[in-house]
Amino acid sequence: MPNTGKSTLFNRLTGHHAHIGNWPGLTVDLMQAELQLSGRNVQLVDLPGIYDLRGHSDDEAVVRRFLEQTPVDLVLVVLNASQLDRQLRLALQVQQLGLPAVVALNMADEAARFGVSINAESLGAALGQPVLPLSAKYRQGLETLQHTLLEQLEAGPMAAVPEQLEERLAAADADLEGAMAALVERSVTLPGRWRDSRSRRLDAVLLHPLLGLPLFFLAMALMFQGIYAIGVPVQEALGGLLDQFGQLVLKPLLAPLPALLQGFLLEGHYQGLGTVMAFLPVIALFFLAMGVVEDSGYLSRAAYLMDAFMERIGLDGRSFVLSLMGFGCNVPAILGTRVMRDRGLRLLSMLVIPFSLCSARLNVFLFMAAVFFPPRIGGLVIFGLYLMSCVAAMLTALLFRGRFPSNEPLVLELPPYRLPTAGQMLSRAWSEVKHFWLWSRRFIIFGVVAVWLLNNLPVGVEPASSASLAGQLGRFTQPLLAPIGINPKLAVALLFGFIAKEIVLGGLAVIYGQADPAALSRAIASDVSWPQAVSFMLFTLLYTPCLSTVAVIRSESKKLSFTLLSVAWSLLLAWLVSFVAFQTITRLS
Amino acid sequence: MEAPARLVDLPTGATGTVASLSADQGLRQRLEALGLRPGQAVQVLRRGWWSGPLHVRVGMTELMLRRRDAARVSLAA
Repeated sequence: MPNTGKSTLFNRLTGHHAHIGNWPGLTVDLMQAELQLSGRNVQLVDLPGIYDLRGHSDDEAVVRRFLEQTPVDLVLVVLNASQLDRQLRLALQVQQLGLPAVVALNMADEAARFGVSINAESLGAALGQPVLPLSAKYRQGLETLQHTLLEQLEAGPMAAVPEQLEERLAAADADLEGAMAALVERSVTLPGRWRDSRSRRLDAVLLHPLLGLPLFFLAMALMFQGIYAIGVPVQEALGGLLDQFGQLVLKPLLAPLPALLQGFLLEGHYQGLGTVMAFLPVIALFFLAMGVVEDSGYLSRAAYLMDAFMERIGLDGRSFVLSLMGFGCNVPAILGTRVMRDRGLRLLSMLVIPFSLCSARLNVFLFMAAVFFPPRIGGLVIFGLYLMSCVAAMLTALLFRGRFPSNEPLVLELPPYRLPTAGQMLSRAWSEVKHFWLWSRRFIIFGVVAVWLLNNLPVGVEPASSASLAGQLGRFTQPLLAPIGINPKLAVALLFGFIAKEIVLGGLAVIYGQADPAALSRAIASDVSWPQAVSFMLFTLLYTPCLSTVAVIRSESKKLSFTLLSVAWSLLLAWLVSFVAFQTITRLS
Repeated sequence: MEAPARLVDLPTGATGTVASLSADQGLRQRLEALGLRPGQAVQVLRRGWWSGPLHVRVGMTELMLRRRDAARVSLAA
């Protein structure tokens, strides 16, 4: 079942840090991890959360396909203990298929708080499957679960796939409601009235017809403000430290090497990595804050609050939430559109999400804003870029909703508010940051090597001069990019930014031949005017985020023509906006 | 007073009983999976601004659904 803490349980059991979400159906890729059960090694696969084995969503089809194709030794059915009145369906369906199963009633702590009492033994006897109440979040009942899993595995029959899965489910479907009601009647006592007064009181304020939206945006604004207030000073300190390390430790160590290699390692490689590493605190804080918002249940409320508006621009509340998550990274946000069944809605969402200002682009903006503007104005510039990101997304939806019409019903669960635990949030932020770091490191090494080669070929050319490949390439783009104020050097950086935005800063460092951030700032400031810088930032914001985003749009839309449309539209919009901005500012000043 | 015929017509705060769902198979399955099935009591907690979605409670679950979709849920008289 979606939203039952299945991923949390998976992580607790395997120690593997899968992404944890309080958003129905987020887990889309099948995660697999090794599980140690007192000496016995088992492979545990995290299947998508589903409501109904007979359902029509992509996730439900994935689970059906998986069960038809993969012989399993044991199924672990994870249900939300407080919602057994509707969730027992899945346990019954697994029972009908004759699959050996263990049923975990997660969030038992919450059920107790809401006044739901469950007789697990009588339920287990009726289902013919062991039923265990537990709390993955607070690590309660996990040992018993592992013990039971082992017991069932040792007693269980050989792994097999159920035959005629769909026919068997269909045959039993008519009796399902009755069977479920009988089970609940027998083993579950529901409270006379709803006892979650905390959610009730919070919703009265947070979902208020008038106050709800302003409060949400205020919360978001405070969140971003807080991230920068804490993150930017840390980032600057870290940047300084890394530079000192390069100058005082690495430089003497590398001194015996030839000058060219020395420059490449220190100014190219180390500097590129250092720039990104310095931004890790901001990114960690961002993921930490987003994780809290998501797991607290507030993100689902954002879908409720924004749906009326999103419906009018051809999208829905989920598109809004996914775009918001795109501010971290566009790739998982685009993968998240899998929860949408209607193709028009899904494609339109995929067209909109790449305009979300992701953390990699933020790198570039924080640097450029610091170079060209005093701190006070710099903050406004960043805010303006976020605003522009939203405007571009809305404009895109309005322009293309006619081409991608949709008629998908929207029915979403609003989970109770939950207090995320510190450990859970930290481990999540840590895994996101690790992912970002490994991901961007690959691109940076590749990008920096490529930029360096372009600047130093053909052999014997003066580095980064107009005779170098980079210079030629930059000049070649000038008829198109000069009107928007992008000079040949910036053009090369943008060209590489197409691969990933993480390369842009490292690329600039190589192009301007300045390793030290302060020296690089001065070099750029003396070469580029502030209207050019604004144009460069706008272009960076709006054009194709990175190759991975393009790749995932291609694989998710399964259409080359749509992928090309997405890339072409973002380039066109980027050029137009930069053109208008650059020409206007130049004329006015 | 005559009882409201559809979930979308139920006043905020009021409770009704689901009679039938006149939705296509996909939506019906989703509604039933979330507990909105014939015989169940459903309460409208609030309505979103600008004709936004309904916030309802059915059994132990809270849901949001668009008014258009709530119009497909008939209530028992």
